[in-house]
Amino acid sequence: MAVKVGIPRALLFYLYYPMWQAFFNEIGVQVIPSGRTTKSILDDGIREALADVCVPIKLYYGHVTDLKGKVDYLFIPRVVCLNGKTVYCPKFLGLPDMIRYSVDNLPPIIDVRMDSRQGRFSLLKAYIEIGKYFGAGKITSIKAYLKALGVHYRFNRLLRKGFSPLEAMEILKNPRTAKAGSATTKVNLKFAVLGYPYAIYDSFISVNILERLRQLGVRVMTAENIHPALLSLQRNCDLPKRLFWTLSDVALKAAHLLFKRGRIDGILHITAFACGPDSLLNKLIELKAKQYRNVPFMTLMIDEHTGEAGIATRLEAFVDMVRRRKEAESCRK
Amino acid sequence: MSKITFPRMGESWRAFKLLLEDLGNEVVVPPRPNKRTLDLGVRYSPEFACLPLKILMGTYLEVIEMGAETIVTSGGVGPCRAGEYAMLHHKILQDLGYNLKMIVFEPPRLYPLNFIKNVRALNKARVSIKGIIERVKRGWRMLQALDNAEKLSHVVRPREIKTGTTTAVYKKVLDWISGAYTMKQIVEAEAAALEALRSIPQDPSREVLRVGIVGEIYVLLEPASNLEIEETLGNLGVEVERSMFLTGWTRDNTWNETTHGLTVKEAASPYLPELVGGHGRDSIGHTILYAKRGFDGIIQLAPFTCIPEIVARTILTRVSRDYDIPVLTFFLDEQTGKAGMTTRLEAFTDLMRRKKRFQAGAECLTG
Repeated sequence: MAVKVGIPRALLFYLYYPMWQAFFNEIGVQVIPSGRTTKSILDDGIREALADVCVPIKLYYGHVTDLKGKVDYLFIPRVVCLNGKTVYCPKFLGLPDMIRYSVDNLPPIIDVRMDSRQGRFSLLKAYIEIGKYFGAGKITSIKAYLKALGVHYRFNRLLRKGFSPLEAMEILKNPRTAKAGSATTKVNLKFAVLGYPYAIYDSFISVNILERLRQLGVRVMTAENIHPALLSLQRNCDLPKRLFWTLSDVALKAAHLLFKRGRIDGILHITAFACGPDSLLNKLIELKAKQYRNVPFMTLMIDEHTGEAGIATRLEAFVDMVRRRKEAESCRK
Repeated sequence: MSKITFPRMGESWRAFKLLLEDLGNEVVVPPRPNKRTLDLGVRYSPEFACLPLKILMGTYLEVIEMGAETIVTSGGVGPCRAGEYAMLHHKILQDLGYNLKMIVFEPPRLYPLNFIKNVRALNKARVSIKGIIERVKRGWRMLQALDNAEKLSHVVRPREIKTGTTTAVYKKVLDWISGAYTMKQIVEAEAAALEALRSIPQDPSREVLRVGIVGEIYVLLEPASNLEIEETLGNLGVEVERSMFLTGWTRDNTWNETTHGLTVKEAASPYLPELVGGHGRDSIGHTILYAKRGFDGIIQLAPFTCIPEIVARTILTRVSRDYDIPVLTFFLDEQTGKAGMTTRLEAFTDLMRRKKRFQAGAECLTG
């Protein structure tokens, strides 16, 4: 029987799962993701984690406990830097240690350090090291890595076409299903939802915001749907220093691009309660939004106590106001 | 001439004032953070920014009222949020309509040009390079003198016979040190200050607990932000050793790492091999070193939502178990009250004392 590796369905799962899955499958290891987020998974996470951490980390704890006992290894890489410039949130940097020292009876953790600032082949080396856990030779690992890169490339191309990560994963699995979402209601607005992928795509903690907006007749786009080249053209967003954290940097750049282009009816920023990087990011987006008064902007904060009704009311009110404003403007013309 | 100011961090302002005035600047001394500072800061800062950002925001708004036009502060390269704070402060102040100049010092090892440019901007009196070095050395010596006086006050306070003597003497000697100007005067003032602290009537037979304080640098160094925790502990009969002083930290982070800095890193590496920014790894390393030195307990101080300290806190639970040392964590924010903190400290002290007596073989644990 093949060795089983568990990958928690949280944090970087939404950006790198297809790549990791392809790599592991190629070296002959079975990958088991944790189940979709449920109330009990979140409750497990809240029990295990420190009260002061943000809800995505609590969720990660929950998914780790979900995998406990079902797998031979847990894949919790220490992702420091993947683009040579920006790092990830300090909680990602200490994630394997946080999990190891606070959850008991865990299977061995694969906590390979991924830091692309340490030379050109440092990521490849990290994957070779992962391969060593399962006795895969250098050549096998390199081959698997190249194949995984190919999958990652295809995955990103699907994201840019406007699919959400979960849809894109489904399409990668069986390409037949690729078709545009069925248009049920009249779509006449286009919103951008900014925020960290692990917060907005987890339909449980984001209280299904994306789907709710679609039902309200809003076409939704996210930072992942924008081509990275367009984002990097934003340079440092008029700041003397770029934001240190990759995902915050992406969100800020996306906000700048969308405000400048102005071809959008509203921007929503989804942030988690007590998120460290977001305290800066949100203020910077807010200051930018003040300069571009033609694009409505709203911040929604989520945590483990978020109620569906509250979020739904705020979303409906926001959509209604934006729609009325748009109609009024078109009458004036 | 534009008036210059800088963030306040404990008593270090005395040395910074000396240095900046020596270079020909007019200095506005930042006032000690109080209720109003915090209210101002909280009003204009993001809700989940940490306490240091909010206090500094309030301080900046106060010094602007006092006429400051240039702010000298430190930068950083992450991943801790503090590295971006100068930029965010500047943005918020601009948004409020204040046009200020910010001089941000980045780590000189990585950005030597930025360092030279900043020093030139601050050198209003056009002092020669040799002169600058001489003045920096003098400022540095004063910082060391201030740190030494503070360290000694932590040792003396729990043993004093009349409560409050140490605090009174300490306040007095600080003025002696900051009144000194030449190198000779600073050395003499320091000697006099240490002598004055040592000659406070003490009770050598008292049972004194030893507690190490670890955590984030700003809340460690600024007594107004940690509600004078060291004084409170001292009055409870606890000798405090703080893991961080400005002189030690600066040495570790500008020129080269001291052996002490390396020891801390090594001690922490089995638990946290990665630098998580801020002082997360230091907190773990120091806790282990204190435990090995036989301390009775550890207090971790961190601002609410501080990411590195949250990582450290999660791991400290295990360190505490492995090394059998109690750890008490305070996440400080604008809501923290002194009475609540004192109660927790009293309970913690009682538990530590009980544990110590129990280990010493005492039979009666309740009386």
